[in-house]
Amino acid sequence: MDHFARLGVPAALDLEPAVLDKAYFALQRRWHPDRFVGKPAEERARASTEAAALNDAYRTLKDPLARAVYLAGLKGVELPGDGKTIDDPELLMEAMESREALHDATTIEAIDSLADQARQQSQQALTALGSLFLRDDKPAIRKALLRLRYLDKFAEEAQGRRANLVKKVGIANG
Amino acid sequence: MTLLEIHEPGETPLPHAGEEALAVGIDLGTTNSVVAIARDGKPAALHDEAGNSLVPSVVAYPAAGGVLVGDQARGLMASEPDRVVASVKRLMGRGARDVQAVAGVLPYEIEPGTGESDMVKLRVGGRARSPVEISAEILKTLRARAEAALEKPVERAVITVPAYFDDAARTATRDAARVAGLEVLRLVNEPTAAALAYGLDKAAEGLYAVYDLGGGTFDFSLLRLEKGVFQVLATGGDTALGGDDFDRTIAERMLMERKRDGIEDRIDEAAVKIALALARQMKEQLSSRDKTSGRLELGSKPSFHVVTLEEFEDAIGGYVEQTLDIARQVLADAAMEVSKIDGIVLVGGSTRVRLVRERVAGLIGKPPLMDIDPDEVVALGAALQAEALTGGSDTLLLDVTPLSLGLETMGGMVEKVVPRNTPIPVQLAQDFTTYQDGQTAMAIHVVQGEREMVDDCRSLARFELTGIPPMAAGAARIRVTFAVDADGLLTVSAQERTTGVEQRIEVKPSYGLSQDDMADMLYESLEHAEEDVARRLLTESRVEARRNLLALEAALAKDGNLLSIEERAAIDAARDRVDKAIAGEDRDEITAAAESLESLSKPFAERRMDRGIREALAGLSMSDLERRVGE
Repeated sequence: MDHFARLGVPAALDLEPAVLDKAYFALQRRWHPDRFVGKPAEERARASTEAAALNDAYRTLKDPLARAVYLAGLKGVELPGDGKTIDDPELLMEAMESREALHDATTIEAIDSLADQARQQSQQALTALGSLFLRDDKPAIRKALLRLRYLDKFAEEAQGRRANLVKKVGIANG
Repeated sequence: MTLLEIHEPGETPLPHAGEEALAVGIDLGTTNSVVAIARDGKPAALHDEAGNSLVPSVVAYPAAGGVLVGDQARGLMASEPDRVVASVKRLMGRGARDVQAVAGVLPYEIEPGTGESDMVKLRVGGRARSPVEISAEILKTLRARAEAALEKPVERAVITVPAYFDDAARTATRDAARVAGLEVLRLVNEPTAAALAYGLDKAAEGLYAVYDLGGGTFDFSLLRLEKGVFQVLATGGDTALGGDDFDRTIAERMLMERKRDGIEDRIDEAAVKIALALARQMKEQLSSRDKTSGRLELGSKPSFHVVTLEEFEDAIGGYVEQTLDIARQVLADAAMEVSKIDGIVLVGGSTRVRLVRERVAGLIGKPPLMDIDPDEVVALGAALQAEALTGGSDTLLLDVTPLSLGLETMGGMVEKVVPRNTPIPVQLAQDFTTYQDGQTAMAIHVVQGEREMVDDCRSLARFELTGIPPMAAGAARIRVTFAVDADGLLTVSAQERTTGVEQRIEVKPSYGLSQDDMADMLYESLEHAEEDVARRLLTESRVEARRNLLALEAALAKDGNLLSIEERAAIDAARDRVDKAIAGEDRDEITAAAESLESLSKPFAERRMDRGIREALAGLSMSDLERRVGE
């Protein structure tokens, strides 16, 4: 059973968080191990498996990028594993340039502005993804997802760098 | 020591006839522990005869024999410091290597673990004891308190742990409960329990943060509360950060001042314990005053120390800042802005420190909530969950993993399989492959932590998947599955998918108890259960009687002239009787002797009080008096 079916929500790129939450909570009310304390071992094991599968489905579908990657996978679009080399030269250039910019950013404001930019690009790419899915353009979907994944990673790095900088400034002031 | 028992209605619930064995909620804290029960959705902490709900998490193994827990154990801190253990929670599931980090904090003689288990042991009262065993004593006392209050056997409990407790510490907590004869219905994270208490008891809804600063641990959790659902969005913390650190700053300062003044101290375990105990009192006073002072009785030379609020806040500022950094990280993890938070709940005794409250209020721009006693709120939430688990309820508690779980890969790197803040229970798998032609075995090293390198993470377990059929490098598909249950405990299994060779291991953290250790402890505690209880009661009576005797002797030395010769003789005879009774083994005789002494010395105590008041008022004019009363 795929994650969408498990949670009983439509298998689509757009998913209202409230709809997802509602479906998830209702199913967890039924299967959460807390409801099976004192029940026979087989029932408890079943509940634990169901609850675990629900959690896996929920955490995947909750995050827009993870949801898109998962949906693409259902359509047969395979992405290389995390941390693998980027095989798209265009994206490679973009990545190198923005990494350099991040490296050169020495103020919190500069880092924040780069992170904001990445977030905006990410938002735009996600929106554009909808029409690619409609057209079922698999190579374009794959390319877009790789870029989204990269932008996500970049935002994370920016956050890490920001935290380091805050710490340094804190020490210098304190 | 005549004490009045005052109970609020419903605070000492009596069980209905024919009801099943009860399940309680237990907050096993670093500094204090609390046991509570919920009935029909109404939680209440269980009190002792004196009305205290807090049991200091202090265990003593007095020279006289037996075991003492709580206030009585703390009472031995000055006279038999090497037989008293406090803050043992900090060592739960810790190996010798971890302990270096807290070495300066804990004034104990620590021994590395033996055999299968790496968990450290403490040398107390001439014997090496594991933190599990010591924690079990606290749990036994809480269980006894619950059974006395409820007049029913108590065999099941929900026990809380810091959200940030790792697998080893959770397992150790479970083991301690077993040794104490308690079945753990669920380990619940402390901040989650606190949220449960607020959500169910105070009907809070929306986005809530829980800031939990205890004696030795800090947790910060972000939860969504709505219509009976308690969903933890993210959590973070530090298991070696708490009020104990605040105490240490004051203690260190006092010891430095003594050194500055040319007092030569031998800074041993005993000295540190005494300094820390005084530091704690001074810290508590600074919650309501701007300045405090204390007299440190060490060696032959007592010293006098003054600490202002400002100095104290300067000293602890770094620790408080650390907690705020963690809070910010949790907010970032949940991609949540501060402005979205509807309320922040303060938990843990250390949130009484003014700087902590100010900084937390500053962080979210709202006054923090403390409608429920921060010392009791966690136990109350645990009690509600215990009731929900045994009686059935509509409440849904969805918690997360506090720390990422992963595997060691090439070059000592960590590949995360279960990222932190993943809802539990969960089962996630990742495929790995061989890196050498013909490789038939694969070492699986399970680690917990956020860092990239294995050496910076905590090692949980190692095992080897063998019997992989020889294939070209990269051809084998080894699926490693991590399953985290609702208690946050991990099981790892590995399977070679092309052939189906499977190996499953329960992750026994190398810091847990070995099966043998566990069996020994269980056996010992069963074997000696009755004896232990009798022994403990006897020891408690002795300690209490001796303490009263000492207090009376001091009073006689000062105000003996308030007594007539006949009265004095009667008291002396009663003192002798108590002395003899303490030396004997008959608990009833100790109690009888102590009672007779108490009634004989009552008039003396009253006269002393009168004299005390007269002295305090002597030489004061009426206006002085008014001014004093007004202060």
